[in-house]
Amino acid sequence: MSTVPGQAPAAATPPATMPAVAMKAITKRFPGVVANDRVDFEAAPGEIHALLGENGAGKTTLCQILSGLYRAEEGEISVLGRPVSFASPRDAIDAGVCMVHQHFHLVGRFTVAENLVLGDRRGAGRHFHIRPDAVDSQVRELGERYRLPVDPRAQVWQLSVGEQQRVEILKALYQDARVLVLDEPTAVLTPNEAENLFATLRDIAREGRTVIFISHKLNEVKAVSDRVTVLRAGRNVGTVRTDQATAQSLATMMVGRDFEAPTRAPGERTKGAAMLQISDLWAQSDRGLPALKGVSLQVQAGEIVAVAGVAGNGQRELAETIAGLRAATQGKVQVGGASLKDGDPRAAFAAGVRYIPEDRLGTGVSPNLSVATNLELRSFRDGSVGPFLRLRRMKQAAEQAISRFDIRGAAPGTRAGLLSGGNVQKVVIAREFAGAMKVLVAASPTRGLDVAAVAMVHSYLLEAAANGAAVVLLSEDLGEVMSLNDRIAVMYEGQLSEVQDRQSLEEIAMRMAGSHLPPPGPVAEMLL
Amino acid sequence: MNNSLAVVLIASGVAYGTPLLFAALGELLAERSGVLNLGVEGMMLVGAVMGFWTVERVHVPGGLALALAMLVAALAGTVMASIHAFLVVTLRANQIVSGLALTIFAGAAGLSSYLGNDLNLADLPARHTFGPLLPKALQKLPIVGPVLFGQNILVYLSWVLVVVIGLYLSRTRPGLNVRAVGESPAAADTMGINVTAYRYAHTLAGGALAGVGGATITLALTPQWVSGITGGSGWIAVALVIFAFWRPALCLVGAYFFGALQAVAPELQARSISLGPTVLWTGALPYLMTVLVLVVAASGTARRRLGAPGALGTPYIREAR
Repeated sequence: MSTVPGQAPAAATPPATMPAVAMKAITKRFPGVVANDRVDFEAAPGEIHALLGENGAGKTTLCQILSGLYRAEEGEISVLGRPVSFASPRDAIDAGVCMVHQHFHLVGRFTVAENLVLGDRRGAGRHFHIRPDAVDSQVRELGERYRLPVDPRAQVWQLSVGEQQRVEILKALYQDARVLVLDEPTAVLTPNEAENLFATLRDIAREGRTVIFISHKLNEVKAVSDRVTVLRAGRNVGTVRTDQATAQSLATMMVGRDFEAPTRAPGERTKGAAMLQISDLWAQSDRGLPALKGVSLQVQAGEIVAVAGVAGNGQRELAETIAGLRAATQGKVQVGGASLKDGDPRAAFAAGVRYIPEDRLGTGVSPNLSVATNLELRSFRDGSVGPFLRLRRMKQAAEQAISRFDIRGAAPGTRAGLLSGGNVQKVVIAREFAGAMKVLVAASPTRGLDVAAVAMVHSYLLEAAANGAAVVLLSEDLGEVMSLNDRIAVMYEGQLSEVQDRQSLEEIAMRMAGSHLPPPGPVAEMLL
Repeated sequence: MNNSLAVVLIASGVAYGTPLLFAALGELLAERSGVLNLGVEGMMLVGAVMGFWTVERVHVPGGLALALAMLVAALAGTVMASIHAFLVVTLRANQIVSGLALTIFAGAAGLSSYLGNDLNLADLPARHTFGPLLPKALQKLPIVGPVLFGQNILVYLSWVLVVVIGLYLSRTRPGLNVRAVGESPAAADTMGINVTAYRYAHTLAGGALAGVGGATITLALTPQWVSGITGGSGWIAVALVIFAFWRPALCLVGAYFFGALQAVAPELQARSISLGPTVLWTGALPYLMTVLVLVVAASGTARRRLGAPGALGTPYIREAR
């Protein structure tokens, strides 16, 4: 089959003679770590190529080298058959490689059009005198063609995260990217938005462009990619065709051993007494807007209630209010029948509330303090003699915790910030599991963790429930929600939908997007 | 009519406001690129002394001497700003500390006083000064005469500058780039905009304008040199940029407002209008306003809402990990 220039080969063609991207023996070291160790990687034109691996496996580093943000110490890269050497992201863009980072590289106070024109060297941005309006029609056209609708005049900071991601992709398409790299693009999306993104990516690949898709979620990789390359500990473990792989075989490649994810079978729990009672709870967000609007929830001892929802719908405020970090404006939280003192984390801790915060490196631990100090943060006053700390006792306690919770790469004196994400989470868990736990609030406890660390965190949540704690698991990850719950509730715009014992995945997804709301009345219809 | 207190106050507000306007426009350029420059006061002081020195010591015809003086003042400000730029852009030092250090270094007890005293500039009348540019007939027109036509060339120059900087920021590619650098250097860097170069260029330009502002005081306003001649104008300029929501046109309005506040006390004195101890606080008015503005702007959320560049005060490191 001969290809006419400009006409795309069909999707999912087997690797053509000339790969779109070829990286050979790429090595990149950071102080103390080899992020990429002689990695070979190839992606063909017109394919969606997933880059799968645990956290710290080197996926992002490899792509940042490909997109010019980092330079590899060793190795060669060629793009569309031409050897390249990128000194900056600009060089990569000029060669046709654009990357959508996890943290978007957009100027918040610019309009969508201005963001597209920024650094444009071919189109409307080439002139000294700039009229961003000139690209309005182009933005609309691209948006229609790739199903990425955005208002070109809107200021970026006013857009939702999903829309901002569309702007990033539009920016790449506006630069006529031949290779589009996306770093964990679905982490910030609702399930429906993710579906739309996948459709767009398929459109892009169908035109002969290459999409490289970083992920550590197996189901996503199975759903969207043509081929998968698995990285483990900075090395390429292998490339397989997605249709010839199973979720289990990919997981084994990722982790390097067979492993089983802990789950909770329905009806496994024992019925206990009501341990956590939240009634008509109202609280404000940091900006002073109402974030919780009358949340009521009852959790029994030994029960795991999963609260699903897209980030920013009040989950953080709910978790913080239960943990005593945020004062409620109305309503109360009761543990074992006794009301908690409002906005007093120490009282909550004393009452048996344990909290795994979502921001583990900022709130969970103090990254500049040692592991031993971090383990003791909750209980300094319990073990100290007057104002003096008993350092030897702290050190012994830390050593015990390190061995019991298998915290790797840590000595009692190690700075907590130097540990990997999973091990930081183990420090948090070790600290929170101390003493008599009655309620465990876990806010996105596995966000950004790899498969093995996720399994570890899940097993601890199950252990907490087995020991009679009431567990509230707030999560955006539907897989996690489905595998661990006894009951599921969905949080949307500060309200908790009715907790039901059985809900289908689709129903949860729809509720996360807010579509459980009553249909618009006649007045609203007229306005629409 | 042209001698009424209101007209005189407005006219002298323009005159007193012009050094503030130059310095504020310079600070605005630096801040729009993400560099907070608290060394403005120091740069103005050095500009003031060097400009005055040029006029005193270089024996060329008046107009040329004054032009040369402005050039030297701008250069002096640029040299000072280059220290700041090197510290905060290249070495990524704390911008507040670096700026404060520069002001103290150049301040009333430092470099500028040393230069002025060493060169025996104190208490000399300026040999050449900037006077009204336009014909007398125009100046006699009611109200607009003294306010608009009775001003020196520096005032008209500052008006041109306001328009040029306004258009530069809103309508040109380098202007778009510098705004991106100030808002989100990572995004700008990804798109191939040289963050370091833009920050250097705008900090240096800001220093040059601060120097010009300083020399405007010694050659058009007072016109003489004494130690610490700027009297806190640099700090007012810093506050002014916030006051103006980082927009050049509003800088002009604010500068003239603060200028008029500065002119109140001497004008009342000249007319022997005694308000008793009120004279004390009328003299303190611009500074009180400055403190007020800076207090309001100190909170991060307020600053964001007022329109502060997103990356103001933060150094940019590409391989942040």
